[in-house]
Amino acid sequence: MRAFDKTPLAIVVATTLLLVGFFVFPAWLSLMVVTIIAKALVVVGVVVLMRSGLVSFGQGLYYCIGGYAVSLGEQVLQITDIFVLLALAMAAGLVAGSILGLLMSRYREIFFAMFSLALSMILYGILSRTQSLGSTDGLNIVQPTLFGIKLATQQAKLLIYFTTCVLAALVTYAVHRYIRSPLGYASMAVRDNEIRVEYLGLAPKKVFYSNYVIASVVAALGGAITALNYGHVQPDMAYWSQSGEFIFIALMGGTSHVAAAFLGSAVFETIRTYALELAPDAWRVILGGVLIAIICFLPKGLWSLTQFGKRSGSSDWDRVVDEKDST
Amino acid sequence: MKPILEVSDLNKSFGAVTAAADINVTIHENEMVAVIGSNGAGKTTFVNMVTGYLKPTSGRIQFCGKDIAGRAPREISRSGICRSFQVAQLFPEMTILEHMMLAFAALQVGLKNYFYPLHSQAAETRALEVLGDFGIAGHANARVGALAQGVRKLLDIAIAMVSRPQLLLLDEPTSGVAIEEKFALMETVMGGVRQTKAAVMFIEHDMEIVSQYARRVIAFYEGRIIANGPTKEVLAHAQVREFIIGEIQEAAIVASKHD
Ligand SMILES: Nc1ncnc2c1ncn2[C@@H]1O[C@H](COP(=O)(O)OP(=O)(O)OP(=O)(O)O)[C@@H](O)[C@H]1O
Ligand SMILES: [Mg+2]
Repeated sequence: MRAFDKTPLAIVVATTLLLVGFFVFPAWLSLMVVTIIAKALVVVGVVVLMRSGLVSFGQGLYYCIGGYAVSLGEQVLQITDIFVLLALAMAAGLVAGSILGLLMSRYREIFFAMFSLALSMILYGILSRTQSLGSTDGLNIVQPTLFGIKLATQQAKLLIYFTTCVLAALVTYAVHRYIRSPLGYASMAVRDNEIRVEYLGLAPKKVFYSNYVIASVVAALGGAITALNYGHVQPDMAYWSQSGEFIFIALMGGTSHVAAAFLGSAVFETIRTYALELAPDAWRVILGGVLIAIICFLPKGLWSLTQFGKRSGSSDWDRVVDEKDST
Repeated sequence: MKPILEVSDLNKSFGAVTAAADINVTIHENEMVAVIGSNGAGKTTFVNMVTGYLKPTSGRIQFCGKDIAGRAPREISRSGICRSFQVAQLFPEMTILEHMMLAFAALQVGLKNYFYPLHSQAAETRALEVLGDFGIAGHANARVGALAQGVRKLLDIAIAMVSRPQLLLLDEPTSGVAIEEKFALMETVMGGVRQTKAAVMFIEHDMEIVSQYARRVIAFYEGRIIANGPTKEVLAHAQVREFIIGEIQEAAIVASKHD
């Protein structure tokens, strides 16, 4: 009765293809792949929150925290190892998310959205005014090392690319498991009926809290990868338009599967790149038009394209097709 | 019989409305108790206070010797009092089976709930067993959006039974169900509940069902208990006949004229 879970296999295949791709892709494409994945990681967090009915207009906060953690780790703590830097960034996201989550898990709907926006704008304000943190110019990041070995530029690029792909695969798998776990279902349940969840013996606040912390950690990881990829961080990472972009991508991709975030991010980045080239003045209009078209024709996001002609198993979340059959 | 729930001097007011006034109730092990009262008499408010959804203005609620007044619903559920709702409270996007598996998963603690799939052979078997007790295993893979009212009511109660509560509070299990289906529904519910020997307190407007299933009846009127005793006595009680049964019959007549 239960369908075989194809996701782990799909993750392995996609990751392998991307790793091989590095040796074939032109440099700009490799750079773009890392950008897509870094943003998608933040969007994975946005999706986790959205599934419980919360829209965060402030994931830029953790994206920025992750980026600055890498930069400060290098400058203040003299760390250059890529894995230690990434772990540091995730730890920073974890700590900040765990603390702010205590507060944020009390809020719902527009209050949650606005509160998260406010927090990210506070960070933006602080960073852009603090001289020692580079003000609006931000900070630079030197090339990371691997186990104390200094690398050539090309090797460092390969390292960042590979690390990104592998970490993204692990995160995708973990979040996929989470979404299908009791907590994942409880997230959907609290969105529809918090009282009933209480009566099941679960604390809705705990459900929101764990979603919030997960979203914080993956956003910080995304920020850290972006920082390493560009060699630079700036306060704009916490600016509201950056957070808006993550929601934009989440809506494009859909929320019915973790991988939707990657699909959304890839399409977003591709359209932006080409739109910028074709119509430098109108690229926002083009992106806006695409989003409207997706909302109208694919309300469950681009991910629903992968579901066509498929009778989804009972474990699947978007069962639009099944619902129509049974009524 | 051992008392399990002891409620004393319970009061609740919503501004000027007194929804509960000096409520004193004791429920014993394995008891079948009906609660009757016209609309707005305070029946649901009573259940809401016992299960922690509402905080009493004053008074004591003891369950198995422990004070539970003002505790969170999840603590009270875990301690052994479960409830169903006047309007079934379900998750529209989940299947019946998923409701049951989530209810079972909610009982376990620890990291297991974060990483292991909700769906598993063992979880399905357990869930189907309870669904079978309530006669709705056939709908296991349907989403609740597509279900008849009676099935929803049964699912709402089946969810409450998952943790094997000592006391089950049913808020109008037969409301919203066609008259000719009420007895069959009640039969199924009682059949499912009997497997666990839980004490049951059910709110009910249909006096035939009350006399069939309750050994004892508690009658509410404007937030007060006006009668509490063996079913026959309470249903024959003068005030109960005047204020509750009379009103309910009148309401039924008005409703049938509207049809
Ligand atoms: N949350 C609330 N806020 C304000 N007033 C309330 C609230 N809940 C109940 N009341 C009031 O308390 C009184 C008792 O309501 P309650 O729902 O307990 O009645 P009931 O006996 O369950 O009626 P019914 O048979 O219609 O379900 C009513 O006057 C109702 O309007
Ligand atoms: Mg009621």
